[in-house]
Parts: sequence; structure tokens; C-alpha cells
Amino acid sequence: MLKIKNLHARAAGKEILKGVDLEVNKGEVHAIMGPNGSGKSTLAQVLAGHAVYEVTEGEILYKGKDLISLAPEDRAREGIFLAFQYPMEIPGVSNMYFLRAALNNIRKHQGVPELDAMDFLSLVREKMKVLDIDEALMSRAVNEGFSGGEKKRNEIFQMAVLEPALAIMDETDSGLDIDALRVVANGVNALRSGDRAIIVVTHYQRLLNYIVPDFVHVLYNGRMVKSGDKELALELEKKGYGWLDEELQENRLYA
Amino acid sequence: MPEVKEATDSYFADFMRLEREANHFPAWLGELRKKALEEFAEAGFPTTRHEAWRFTNVSRIAETRWCAPETSANGAAASLLDRHAIPGVAARIVFVDGLFAPELSALENLPEGLQVVALRRAQQQPSGDLPGRWIESHLARHAAIGENAFVALNTAFFQDGALIHLAPGTDLKNPVHVLYLRASNGAHTATHPRTLVVTGHQSRGGIIESYVGQTDEACFTNAVTEIAVGEDSSVEHLKLQDEAENAFHVGTVQAVQARSSRFLSHSVSWGAALARHDINAVLAGEGAECTLNGLFQVTGQQHVDHHTCLDHAQPHCSSREYYRGVLDGRSTGVFNGAILVRKDAQKTDAIQSNKNLLLSEDAVINTKPELQILADDVRCTHGATVGQLDSEALFYLRARGIGLEAARHLLIRAFANEVIGRISFAPARQRLAERLLGRLSKGWTSEDSL
Ligand SMILES: Nc1ncnc2c1ncn2[C@@H]1O[C@H](COP(=O)(O)OP(=O)(O)O)[C@@H](O)[C@H]1O
Ligand SMILES: [Mg+2]
Repeated sequence: MLKIKNLHARAAGKEILKGVDLEVNKGEVHAIMGPNGSGKSTLAQVLAGHAVYEVTEGEILYKGKDLISLAPEDRAREGIFLAFQYPMEIPGVSNMYFLRAALNNIRKHQGVPELDAMDFLSLVREKMKVLDIDEALMSRAVNEGFSGGEKKRNEIFQMAVLEPALAIMDETDSGLDIDALRVVANGVNALRSGDRAIIVVTHYQRLLNYIVPDFVHVLYNGRMVKSGDKELALELEKKGYGWLDEELQENRLYA
Repeated sequence: MPEVKEATDSYFADFMRLEREANHFPAWLGELRKKALEEFAEAGFPTTRHEAWRFTNVSRIAETRWCAPETSANGAAASLLDRHAIPGVAARIVFVDGLFAPELSALENLPEGLQVVALRRAQQQPSGDLPGRWIESHLARHAAIGENAFVALNTAFFQDGALIHLAPGTDLKNPVHVLYLRASNGAHTATHPRTLVVTGHQSRGGIIESYVGQTDEACFTNAVTEIAVGEDSSVEHLKLQDEAENAFHVGTVQAVQARSSRFLSHSVSWGAALARHDINAVLAGEGAECTLNGLFQVTGQQHVDHHTCLDHAQPHCSSREYYRGVLDGRSTGVFNGAILVRKDAQKTDAIQSNKNLLLSEDAVINTKPELQILADDVRCTHGATVGQLDSEALFYLRARGIGLEAARHLLIRAFANEVIGRISFAPARQRLAERLLGRLSKGWTSEDSL
């Protein structure tokens, strides 16, 4: 579904991604871990098409087609969803309006009839229950005045409604207490299926107890330096990221 | 400034002719008008050397020899009305090219306590008197002719307009709609519409004034509205200005508030070639509350200027001001928010905010607060912002599948809706939201509320 080869990306004249490789297939859940500043959000934003990041080298294939040339809205319509680390507040636009516009844009692209307000409401009621979202939230402006936890929950709620083929979650666990974490994980696990892929970006292992990944990768200083299964996450949790430094140093010395 | 003197001279001739032809005003008004003409001649049209007109050059108005429109019944007025009438209002009074159009108005079955009359009709009473002492005590008593030459000009020349009275205790559910339509296609026509609103104590009501037009030739509207808000009463006023691209609009709204009254003013300006709005409120009684809410959206070569003045004359009054501008193309905008807190006006609570969205690199906004605080125990804050559409918000919308153009429109609508949302009469809000959409793009069809 997603093939990233030797991806280099920069922003404000600074190289952030320095040759990332990653392959994600249908049905898989991948976790990307790594210390703060290693480039995890940059990778996520590049996948969503943020214009501040310039891809200088490498390629991204999504469903076999070049992704880099697609506008952000076309990526979303093709099934890519990014749950933002810092979701935007949009005063004056209700959640209801926003999410229905998003859904209808995607449906239109897929040749499925658009939903009117009534049909939309009955569709989202179900998902609200799963994610413990108050219906009153739907008439509030997008993320305006939401707590950090509410914003994260709202991202996953959007994801549940839009049902993407490839979901990328950037630090969705930060700012969530353990109950909220469980609710969010339930929402994500409900989406797991044979035709979907999920990339979970986090620098804590905690979330991975609830959303169990098939693969774990470590992004470090703009490169994937290690891959493994869920045991790798536990190891990172125990040892922290410091040992990576040493190991990498050694590799360089004796290579 | 000899050329300006010359410009005002021609108005004397017009005035004399008017006096001869239409000497039907009561004596007290005749006196006021004469004085106003003298004031106007004395002051002349303002130039950009006047502080209050620094960014708004009215030389094209000053240099044009304006004449009264020919009154001819035409279909244009009816179709304008069709487009701009708002459903569900308590009464509708329509003026076409400055004069009352009874056939287009709806003034039957007015709710108890509401009076709506056309000034010209009112003077044709057999007695020669105006119907109600409220007119004599308020008409041309509030908008000062000595401070603004255009107010003086209007006072000298107004021919017609809406006079609206709410009896004490009246609770008007739906607003009165006053429409000033410009439909004539004569060259260089000017009108001077005059509106008066007087409310008795403990009454409540809304007034919508629409200044709209579809004219091929340049025309000039010079409007003055006076609003006397009675004790413990509440008035909501919406001035909606939406004139042709070659029109000039200068208008003053002057409110005077009695004790414990509430005045909520909305000014929505889609502009003309040049539009200048002075919106002034005097909080003249203790405990009065005032909100000035405004939106302007211009593009192309349009120029729009809002000068507002909140005069806190008494203690324990509060005012809120929220103005927003959306400027595209090579348009220019001005917001000048004056707040005067007089010596006695202790415990004044005033907040002013002006936010502007520049959609093109060539659009320009001049925004300035003008605070003069003579009392010591007050809270006055102000803030102004000028910015572009938030690129992160745009990306967020696009990352959810909403196209760039639609995302831009959504953010502009959201920005403008903060202002439109304060209007309490839903059909008016709806109409404004539709107009906003229409101005943004012809391709945008969703009419759902945000
Ligand atoms: N838009 C940007 N402009 C400049 N530097 C950036 C930008 N985005 C990220 N960076 C820098 O790139 C590095 C990686 O950031 P980020 O991708 O946010 O890391 P992570 O999500 O792993 O914590 C950091 O040093 C950060 O300061
Ligand atoms: Mg990050």
C-alpha cells in the first residue's frame, strides 16, 4: 500500500529526513518510535502533503502511484488520513459542518452519493458512542476551546467517520489519561481490517499495549535505524533511546 | 481652497430652488435646514488634510455636479426589491431614488405601538404638522451638522425617509425593514435619505436599513440615520449597504442612548466605489450598553471606511465593538475606532476589536484605535489584527479532503460569520450568509449554516 524509498525532506533550509525507507502493506499496523526531534512528525506531515516540507530526494508510492505530486486534498480523497499531533482550531466552523464536508468530498471522489445533514447525523451517532463523544461537541467549532485530550479524541472520531485506507496517527496518545487512551484504542482497533493499514507514531510504548503493532521501527535523526516486532517497543521502553546513540557510534567506528 | 468653495456654491442654487418648489416643511425644520446649508458652505467638503478623512478622498464627490434623480416608475425597482426584501419583517417601507414608494411598501396591520411613516407623507398632513411631537423633538437634533459636512448636506437637502416610532412598552418581535433603492439610470444623481428611529421607555425593536442599487451611471447616496434609544429600551439596528460598483455612499448613523438602554448596531458593507460609514453612539444615560458590530468585504478597486465613535458620557456604561474586514484585489479599507470616556463616566467598560483579513497582496487596510480617556476608574481595551488566511488551518482542511478553493471560502465565511452571527433576526442572517457566498464564488452552492 505504501512504499517509501530513500526519502529526504527539508524545511527552512534544514534537512530533517535523511533517507527514510518504509514499506507498509494492507492489514498491517506499524509503529514508528523515536526520541523528540527525530523527524516523526515531519514524516507524517510529508505523507499528508504539507507544503512547508520539500522532498529533495527519494520517492513515495501509494497504491502503486506517486504520492508526492498529489495535492493534500487528493491524498485524503484517496484514503490517507493524518491524525495531527497538534490539531488546528477552526473558529466559526462547526465540527458537524467540517466533518460532513470532508466526508462528502471523499464520497464524491469515490463516486458514492453525498450525505445530507440527517443521514450524516445517523451515520456519525454510532461512532460517537464508540469514542464517547458528546453530541453537543458536533455543534461546537472545530477543536475550539477543546482540551488536549478532546482534540485527540476528535481526531480519532474523524478517522472513524472517514474510514481511511491508510491512517497515520501522530502522538495521539500524548495528553490522554488511561481511560481516554482505552477509548481511543478501541476506536482504532475497530478500524483494523484486512484492507487498511495504520501507522502509529509515538515515543512511548504505552499506546502499543492497546494497539498492538505488527512492526516497530525506530526513526532516529531522520533515518530508520532499527526495525522489529512489538518486543522492540518494550526494549525501547526499558532502555530509553540513549543506547541507540552508542550502538550507532560503534557501527560507524567498526564499519 | 477656492475649488471647494465653488463646489459648495452650486448647492446654494439647488437649495433656493428646493425652497421655492417644495416649501412644505414646518417652520422649525426650515430653520434647521437653512442653518445646515450655512454650516456646509462654511466647512466645504473635507479633504485628506482633515484627520478624519485622511485615508478617504472624496474629491470625486466634491467635484461632481450632482442632481436629483428623475423619478420614473420602472421594473428595476421591483426586481431590486425582490432580491433585497427580507421575509418575516413587521413592516416594510421602500424608497426609490430617494422618494417613498407606497406601492412597494407593506405598512398595513402594523403591530400595536409601532408607527412607520414616510417623511414626505407626514408633512402633507392638512394641518402642516408632523404626526407626533417625537418628530419635532428628535429629527435633526442628534446628528451634529457642525462636525461632519455630509451630515450638514443631508440635513439641508433631505427630501424623504423613514420615521419610526415605538410606543413605550412595545415589544416588537420582528424588525422593520427600510429599503433605499437606487434604480434610476440618470447620470450623476444624488439622494439624501433621512431616517429617524425613536423608542419609548421599556420598548424593544429592530430596524434594518438596506441601501442597495443597480445603476449604470455614477450615483451618490448621502444618508443620515438618527436613533434615539429610550430609557430602559433596546434597539437592534442593521445597516446593510450593497450598492453598484460606480456608486458613492457616505452615511452617518447617530444613536443617543438614555439610561439603562441597549443599542446593538450592525454595519454590513459590501461596498460601492467608495463607501464611508460613520457610526456613532452617545451613551448619555447611566447603565447604557452598546455593541457596535461590523463587517466589510470589498474587492477590485473598492474603498470602504468605517469611522466609529463611542461617546461614554455617563458612569457605569459598557460598550463592545467588533469589526471585521475582508479585503481582496486592490481594495482599500479603513477602520477608525474612537472611544471617548468623559470625566464623569467612571466605571466605563469598553472593549474594541478590529480584525482584518487580506486576501491579496495589493489590498490595504488602515486600522486605528483612538482612545481619549478622561475618567480614571475605567477599563478600556482595544486590539487590531491584520493577517492572511491561516495556512495551517487551510492545510488541516485540505488534509481532510476539502479542496483548496473550498477551504479558503470556508475560512473566509467562518471569519465573517463571527459578525453575522450576532444579528438576531434569522432571515437577515440567512440573507447575508447567502450574499457572502455569492460574493465569494458563483460555484459555491452549499447553503448550510456552518
Ligand atoms: N517546519 C519546520 N521548519 C523548521 N524546522 C522544522 C520544521 N518542522 C520540524 N522541524 C525540525 O525538524 C526536526 C524534527 O522535528 P519533528 O518532525 O517535529 O520531530 P518529532 O515529531 O520526531 O519530535 C526538529 O529539529 C524540528 O525542529
Ligand atoms: Mg512529533
